[in-house]
Amino acid sequence: MTGSGGMGGMTGMAGIAEGGATATTVPAFPSPGHAEPTHGIGASLTPADAEAKTQGIYPYAADLWAEGLLWAALLRSPHPHARILSIDTTEAARMPGVRAVVTHADVPGDAAHGRKVADRPVFASGIVRHHGEPIAAVAADHPDTARLAAAAIAVEYEVLEPVTDPEQAFSAEPLHPDGNLIRHIPLRFGDPEVVGEVIVEGLYRIGRQDPAPIGAEAGLAVPRPDGGVEIYTSSTDPHADRDLAAACFGLAPERVKIVVTGVPGAMGDREDPGMQLPLGLLALRTGHPVKLVATREESFLGHPHRHPTLLRYRHHADADGKLVKVEAQILLDAGAYADSSSDALAAAVAFACGPYVVPHAFVEGWAVRTNNPPSGHVRGEGAMQVCAAYEGQMDKLAARLGLDPAELRLRNVMATGDLLPTGQTVTCPAPVAELLRAVRDYPLPALPADDTEEEWVLPGGPDGAGEPGAVRRGVGYGLGMVHMLGAEGADEVSTATVKVSAGVATVICAAVETGQGFSTLARQIVQEVLGLDEVYIAPVDTDQPPSGPGAHSRHTWVSGGAVERAARMVRTQLLQPLAAQFGMSAELLTITDGKITSYDGVLSTTVAEALEGKELWATAQCRPHPTEPLDESGQGDAFVGIAFCAVRAVVDVDVELGSVRVVEMAVAQDVGRVLNPKQARARIEAGITQGVGAALTENLRTASGMIRRPDFTGYALPTSLDTPDVHIVKLVEERDVVAPFGAKAISAVPVVTSPAAVAAAVRAATGRPVNRLPIRPQAAVAASG
Amino acid sequence: MTLPGSLDEAVAALAAMPAAVPVAGGTDLMAAVNSGLLRPAGLVGLGRISEIRGWQYQDGHALLGAGLTHARMGRPDFAALIPALAAAARAAGPPQIRNAGTLGGNIASAAPTGDALPVLAALEATLIIAGPGGSRREIPVGHLLTGYEMLAPGELIGYVRVPLLHAPQTFLKATGRTGPGRATASVAVVLDPARRGVRCAVGAVAPMPLRPLDAERWVASLIDWDGERTLAPEACAAFGEYVAAACIPDPAPAPDGGEPGTLPPAALHLRRTVATLARRALGRALA
Repeated sequence: MTGSGGMGGMTGMAGIAEGGATATTVPAFPSPGHAEPTHGIGASLTPADAEAKTQGIYPYAADLWAEGLLWAALLRSPHPHARILSIDTTEAARMPGVRAVVTHADVPGDAAHGRKVADRPVFASGIVRHHGEPIAAVAADHPDTARLAAAAIAVEYEVLEPVTDPEQAFSAEPLHPDGNLIRHIPLRFGDPEVVGEVIVEGLYRIGRQDPAPIGAEAGLAVPRPDGGVEIYTSSTDPHADRDLAAACFGLAPERVKIVVTGVPGAMGDREDPGMQLPLGLLALRTGHPVKLVATREESFLGHPHRHPTLLRYRHHADADGKLVKVEAQILLDAGAYADSSSDALAAAVAFACGPYVVPHAFVEGWAVRTNNPPSGHVRGEGAMQVCAAYEGQMDKLAARLGLDPAELRLRNVMATGDLLPTGQTVTCPAPVAELLRAVRDYPLPALPADDTEEEWVLPGGPDGAGEPGAVRRGVGYGLGMVHMLGAEGADEVSTATVKVSAGVATVICAAVETGQGFSTLARQIVQEVLGLDEVYIAPVDTDQPPSGPGAHSRHTWVSGGAVERAARMVRTQLLQPLAAQFGMSAELLTITDGKITSYDGVLSTTVAEALEGKELWATAQCRPHPTEPLDESGQGDAFVGIAFCAVRAVVDVDVELGSVRVVEMAVAQDVGRVLNPKQARARIEAGITQGVGAALTENLRTASGMIRRPDFTGYALPTSLDTPDVHIVKLVEERDVVAPFGAKAISAVPVVTSPAAVAAAVRAATGRPVNRLPIRPQAAVAASG
Repeated sequence: MTLPGSLDEAVAALAAMPAAVPVAGGTDLMAAVNSGLLRPAGLVGLGRISEIRGWQYQDGHALLGAGLTHARMGRPDFAALIPALAAAARAAGPPQIRNAGTLGGNIASAAPTGDALPVLAALEATLIIAGPGGSRREIPVGHLLTGYEMLAPGELIGYVRVPLLHAPQTFLKATGRTGPGRATASVAVVLDPARRGVRCAVGAVAPMPLRPLDAERWVASLIDWDGERTLAPEACAAFGEYVAAACIPDPAPAPDGGEPGTLPPAALHLRRTVATLARRALGRALA
């Protein structure tokens, strides 16, 4: 039984989306005096796997084992750009314990793959385009043997000059048959001749953030008797990974199965196909299960990073600070392969002006190919980089006009009904002014001098070099926006199945629980609709219908919508016969705690009894309204929905050493509806922390295309001492009528906005321009000395 | 893997298996093993040698066991004896590292960012090296760190002899984040009232700690050792500049007599950082 997905078909549903469009806002979070439900929508349900995860007994891919398994190791390029003259595997293949060695010559199917464009080889053949690109893989009976054998493969390189400056990519020799320009969007909106009374210009650079998942990539590939292969890995987009693998192995997609294991951290595309594909090839070649666990170094070399970005801005405003025109040039360094760079560029260009009303906008965006480490999908891609730049411009404009930065922003913020520079009307709730006022009016944290209760953690940490006399406090604002769901005509669809038997509900949906809390949410939805407490979420594999990638916080929307619809269909199947028996409509029956009762109390039975031993199944799809690609002047209704956020950062800066500590982040966010308060808080805190990392320490540095310190000493993540107090000042619950439950994405927009807010606060504390992220200590030393 | 119970047994174990590697806290060594960089033929664990896990007093000096952990050195009783070493130990990393990592290991690893090293250099500590047959020899810590004298195969760092100066000492380090991190620069300042000296060492800016001897002598001559032992803030600032210029010198003039180059911005920032740390460290020692 399949319910085909209607367009935006989640409106008008009784019960959950009750009062769909009414705007309700909570004064504070959690709202005082408001009793939280214990199950269903709005409850702070604890994830089913929380206990196992905190006890350390939850299995991840690196923990898997199979009888007779072999270990794989990859040979990766030590050069960022080189011509491969020869690959000699004879020495490696002769080593005792080595069972197979594969190179590009052993790829039976398509040798190239990629998310949007198939431009990336499984193994480099003629040319190596980035440091760490896979060249060959080995399977052996011991991980050390595999590693030694990989090192014994003799590769003769002709080292070429790497192209590492994205500005040079335009004129450099093509690094790839597809050329160096991956995408160009020249956005034209309004009148180019308009000039403002006040003009400010700025140049901004954003570094290379790494998703740095706490569990490195790992997988186990098991050959099947039918000549196919099963790959156990923590993929966040299993069906796309399966199709990619099948094409590479030269197999029909049905012969390849991806089984999703526990996901140890995902901030974008979780797994590296550069690892899964060799793994599957080796399993097919040897006929044995093959396992690979990446080292931390390989993890940094292999997976995609956030696009390093160069941005030039010119803002025109009138004397009152109203924006007149924005001109911008945005250059994304895509690294060696296209991956999802065109999506990142679309977001960067479309949101280049931020959540402000801008009557005229001219934005040139390019994503170019270089020999730097590959860039790809990392939470808030494109939107985060431009946010840091346009907010820098807003600060500059406020300083020029002598206005308070918050006041200048308030004069320009957009609201529902305003236009994006892409010509798209913002139809969803856009309570930007309300968000900004909420963080602006929230009381500032006490200065240490006024608060003797708490110990003052100086920049540099306890027992550090910080000196109170050299510390200056700064306050800064950031307003950010990010789109939800795939953009530009991506077919966003998800399928879910709900089964009820003996009073227990089961959800089968290929939406991967990446830590975003989808499986908890699915339980809550089914509890809400079917009134059953016990809901089991089945593990995910590609034998289930596809649900798409776990990106752009889309699962809450599309997969949550599909689960709700399937649950409603089961509810109808369950109640219809009962209602008919009693001559009433099914709407008059309610289910709570597994008991079915009618409005008048005549009927009272349990779900288990009503089932009479039967199983009820229903499968449904959710497909939001379609979008269209941006045209040749960057115009088009490209986005399904947009989420907004305001952050006020308070920082302490030791202005002699340039060390920065973020004291507090006050957040107000447009969430549509809070589905799980505890989870919502956790997602916002996580997003803010990742944003603080991007603002201060997280930068995967390269020298001539080589990653310099691929470890957690060189790549400094925020520790608990670096993580500020996060105060969620306000969650605006203005329902988005086209979204299931009216809920908006929560995770991405704090990541997008918080780096800009931190930069603004450091600017306020030091008087320095702060136009580069992460903020280096030399940029945070006070101008005067 | 052997687990000797005394220093001489450990030396004997190393002699019996020359390819074996001694391991104390393992915070550097085991990370290298786990990442496949090192595959030692054997390990001699030093964790059971109780004689090197504490300290004793010896005519005005403290004889510190090489197996003292950073956590132990960070405690108040130790801080009362050698404040700068305690401060360095407290700053040496997250609790897991400080619980395992040892003083001897910090010296043997000789990482440029080793936090104990500038303190030992400023204290002019002496290493007591255990060799075969119960032999003991002494090496100034600076000799080992500069490679002037090396450990012979089969030798172990047994103890570190540090003078007890009964005067303020400071250790300050600059890092990239508020949480534990490797030093970008560190400065140790110790006062030696008996010898009317100020000793300073700068860590993390060079492969080994640097001693700005001229700056030390100059500032010691300004201090009224019999009186208040204070300095004007300007003098502390000048000391900081002096130390920084000594550790991160200006580029040499071009050989053809042309204009000398200027330091790149990152080096200038490092110099400013060292100057600030040295000024603050001296100021706190004299406060």
